[in-house]
Amino acid sequence: MNLHAVLSLALALAAQAVQAEAVSGYRFLDESTRAMQDDDFENPGLVAVDRGSELFHELRDSEEYSCSSCHGQDRVKLDVRQIARYPVYDPNLGGLVTLQKRINYCWETSLDRFPLTPGHADLIALETYVRNRARGEKVDVRTDGEMAALLAKGEALYHARFGQLDLACQHCHVQHQGQMLRGQKLSQGQANGFPEYRLGQGRITSFQQRLTECFVSFRAEPFEAGSEEYDLLKLYVTARGNGLPIETPAVRF
Amino acid sequence: MMHLARIRWLAWSGLLSLAAARAADAPAPESYCDWLAHDYAIESPLCGLQGSPQRGRALAADSHAGNCLACHQMPIPEEAFHGTIGPPLAGVGARYSAARIRLRVVDERQINPLTIMPGLYRDPRLANRVAADYWGKTFLTAQQLEDLVAYLVTLK
Ligand code: HEC
Ligand code: HEC
Repeated sequence: MNLHAVLSLALALAAQAVQAEAVSGYRFLDESTRAMQDDDFENPGLVAVDRGSELFHELRDSEEYSCSSCHGQDRVKLDVRQIARYPVYDPNLGGLVTLQKRINYCWETSLDRFPLTPGHADLIALETYVRNRARGEKVDVRTDGEMAALLAKGEALYHARFGQLDLACQHCHVQHQGQMLRGQKLSQGQANGFPEYRLGQGRITSFQQRLTECFVSFRAEPFEAGSEEYDLLKLYVTARGNGLPIETPAVRF
Repeated sequence: MMHLARIRWLAWSGLLSLAAARAADAPAPESYCDWLAHDYAIESPLCGLQGSPQRGRALAADSHAGNCLACHQMPIPEEAFHGTIGPPLAGVGARYSAARIRLRVVDERQINPLTIMPGLYRDPRLANRVAADYWGKTFLTAQQLEDLVAYLVTLK
């Protein structure tokens, strides 16, 4: 190793030490985008919350139940602290369960409807509506028990290099957070704002859709929608932000 | 003793045949010329090609080509947004010889294994989950790489 390598190594380690404190993507935004997120009349993500509310209360044709039959008008019976724990470990549902999967499970078994695909606008709207109920609550993913091994897998994926540019998540969101990638400021890539409204895309975006964009940017083959890899990454990234306030729907570029 | 040697031999032959199988499976990379790093430098131009500094400058600025400005500040004032992830490249031609610049753009990981700086001419068979459009291709062609080197040495 020459001096240059030693210095860069020291810098990388220093960056990792700084990283110990979780910082929301919100703190990397400019004033006007923050103001837009904070104002419920300006925040374009609220359209998805409204759509989610419709779906939550909707009774179809001859159906007996809607989500609100079990979870209360205006989701009052959903426990905000439990929402903040997702993704959770539930052996009855086959292990790691994201909020999307939990909602889809209710949709399929309690309402007896055809399950929604991970990118389906209705599923993302429902997820936005449910997560929005816990806005301000602190992210509180369990990291012990069965979760420990799953977190380790997620962390390994986070540090694996992918794509023609051969980059890992940690390169942009740990080593170089706060620096400019051309016109964009790199954040820690936290998950506390999802689903979030993306000004550049003009739509509400799930965590998985955002990751797919990151993958495409370094010319990697994205993982399949609904795959175990996405769930493991979601688990690791969400837990990395334990203690951050839920911002759904956040506004980001 | 004999036992150990035999195990070692088996391990080696296994590895070699595995490597050979992988090389045979993979489609031949587009005109990939092998290179050799020595003393933190690559002396010979890739595929023996000659670079053009004008083309190199255009490549560095173009966000659909080299896209160096994504991470580096460069003396290219007509482009608005320059990244701050890598070191500024003004003066890089005074800091390093052409041969040393060549290794840094071909594969900076030879110098810093943890770097984010993409290997612009690494062996494409070493990469993981590459999107279909880029399978078997280096980030830049050998000619583009030489164009960039020719440009970077002018940044004194
Ligand atoms: C080449 C750089 C790069 C790499 C590598 C990368 N990202 Fe990103 N990512 C970005 C940029 C740019 C943004 C938008 C600005 C920001 O919030 O950082 C972003 C945003 C995000 C966000 C949204 C953050 C928020 O507050 O809205 C998440 C989550 C994220 N990335 C996760 C990942 C994960 C997980 C990986 C690996 C699979 C990854 N990224 C790899 C560049 C990258
Ligand atoms: C994703 C970010 C990124 C991109 C894109 C990128 N670089 Fe870099 N580059 C870096 C970083 C970071 C370093 C510092 C080396 C290290 O980490 O050890 C670097 C180092 C260098 C160096 C060595 C400079 C020195 O003073 O040591 C050169 C030369 C260079 N890059 C040229 C280029 C060129 C030319 C391009 C485009 C064709 C490019 N880079 C694209 C991030 C990047």
